[in-house]
Amino acid sequence: MTVTSPMESTATHRAQARRVAALEKRRRTGSLMTVLVWTASAVAVLPLLAIVTHLVIGGAGALSINFFTRMPAPAGVAGGGMANAIVGTLLLVGIAALIGLPVGLGAGLFLAERRETRLAELVRFVADVLSGLPSIVLGIFAWELIVRPTGRFSALSGGVALGLLIVPLVTRATEEMVKLVPPALAESALALGFPRWRAAIVIVLRTAMPGIVTAALVAIARAAGETAPLLFTAFGNSYWSLDPTRPIAALPLQIFAYAQSPYDDWRAQAWAGALVLLLLVTLMSLLARAVLRARQSLTQGVTPRAGVGDD
Amino acid sequence: MSVTPAVLAPKNTPQSPPSPLSSPSSPSEDAPAWVRTNGRAASGPLSDRVYGAVITACALFIPLLLVLLAIVIVRAAWPAVQSSGGDLLFGRTWDVAHGKYGALPAMVGTLLSSLLALIIATPLALGVAIFSSELAPQRLRAPVAFLVDLLAAIPSVVYGLWGLVVLVPLLRRYVMPLLEGTLGALPLFRGPAYGPSLLAAGLVLAIMILPYIASVAREVLAAVPRAQREAALALGATRFEVIRDAVLPYARSGLVGGVMLGLGRALGETMAVTMVIGNRHAIPSSLFDPAYTMASLLANEFGEASSDSHLAALMAVAGLLLVITLIVNVLARWLVWRVRRLEGAQ
Repeated sequence: MTVTSPMESTATHRAQARRVAALEKRRRTGSLMTVLVWTASAVAVLPLLAIVTHLVIGGAGALSINFFTRMPAPAGVAGGGMANAIVGTLLLVGIAALIGLPVGLGAGLFLAERRETRLAELVRFVADVLSGLPSIVLGIFAWELIVRPTGRFSALSGGVALGLLIVPLVTRATEEMVKLVPPALAESALALGFPRWRAAIVIVLRTAMPGIVTAALVAIARAAGETAPLLFTAFGNSYWSLDPTRPIAALPLQIFAYAQSPYDDWRAQAWAGALVLLLLVTLMSLLARAVLRARQSLTQGVTPRAGVGDD
Repeated sequence: MSVTPAVLAPKNTPQSPPSPLSSPSSPSEDAPAWVRTNGRAASGPLSDRVYGAVITACALFIPLLLVLLAIVIVRAAWPAVQSSGGDLLFGRTWDVAHGKYGALPAMVGTLLSSLLALIIATPLALGVAIFSSELAPQRLRAPVAFLVDLLAAIPSVVYGLWGLVVLVPLLRRYVMPLLEGTLGALPLFRGPAYGPSLLAAGLVLAIMILPYIASVAREVLAAVPRAQREAALALGATRFEVIRDAVLPYARSGLVGGVMLGLGRALGETMAVTMVIGNRHAIPSSLFDPAYTMASLLANEFGEASSDSHLAALMAVAGLLLVITLIVNVLARWLVWRVRRLEGAQ
């Protein structure tokens, strides 16, 4: 300890006091910002709660067995349903899956296998950009490509629009999942004399399958909720139809039409439809999460053995 | 496409730079070894070459789709561009009966509603991202992130329905009179309160793009290296100062990318906006005015386009929308990409 003069010591004291005051201020700013961040999070979650509450209040009343089994009723007639729209949505999503899943799977495999090539970088980038483009543009594209030449709206054109919509989503998700498969697995298959395509399909794809199923479900859920690409392709239909070459009803289209109608029972139907659509989409997402969890336990069982020769 | 992997793989593999997503030091992470050795062996069995050609074709389909999309729409829009190109960009009247197609109000409405949504959503999304990646107690992080992600799963038409039936009456009855009473001095908050308005569209859009911005921001914040935070803590920074001085600057370009991604969504969002914006062909002078967007113009008129010129004009609007969102998305992806590349270089 050096002896300091009284003057110096007061100076140090003052400096210290200033530092303490400054620290206090910094702490206060910190707590203020923490409060703001908590508030922002609360406000961000609020709309979700509001929307779900309103959907349940507005939709549960009109939701009965009739909703799933009956055809739409004219305004003023109680007891109509959306059977045709529900089936229509399933058909559209089916066509979309037939187009979008194989292409997305193939492209995803390509990106995972040749991940460092320039073409892969380009495809990855374009896929990301495509998934951000307005979906209505895809609807117009399908209209110009199919509806205009054939001269009529059709379920097929709607399915194509939705299929194109999910291609980039499936691609990127498949790539991520295939990348997680330990290379040693495929290498052992090749060492045993498997041709490359068999190693890819039998070993790599099968190991990544739960993850890919998840990705497919998420993509299909997205397609099921889309309205804009269907406006000029599937078009909507108030009658029962399963013909892919004719206009077809879809749940989102029906909700859109009913929401803008002036009739109370149609609006109630719109709420019920929205509730069903949301349940459908959430159910798929939850299923997807469950599949992913199953996958994790699976790879945890596989990785240690496969990883022996790694690193 | 007759590009076989035999042609592709040997040419590209040795020259191409290592992927920014993986560390260059360990080649085994760049691509599985079995792929590389097989890619070089150009003379595999026929089945392998077929397999390679099929997945290459699938991959090429994606860029091809984008090119085709642009070609098809530009070709269909060409007559309108030739006959009334300037009018389309700068004209203020959209009168189908007289063949006047001025898309300026729709363009202005698109930009204004998206900007409004960004102004509302950006601080909230950043708040949520910081909350769920930095500040929240561990057991709250995942649930809050999950709830916000759920917002992205709600279909657009459901947002529209909620906006039309719940939000718009709320705005008309309570919010708009309140705003006019308190902030009426500003021209932004004046005018008759119809309900369907720029304000309603901006609010619904803000809710819709919030999860996109938040999830990119969360990802980008997670990519900030630990050492960056620890260094700031070691210098005596408070928790907030760590975020402000060490984390946010590092993540900045990625955060901007996330916001741009949200902007891209907002610009192209169709159904919800169509249902709440009021669909009036005029440049709004106040947040209370009904307006129009390019996407809702397409949604409302494309299905019943009455003449070839009308159709071509709508195609031109679609082309404009495509170009604008394309630019925004390319910029956004590039910015997010940059942060990940930094992370990969660590």
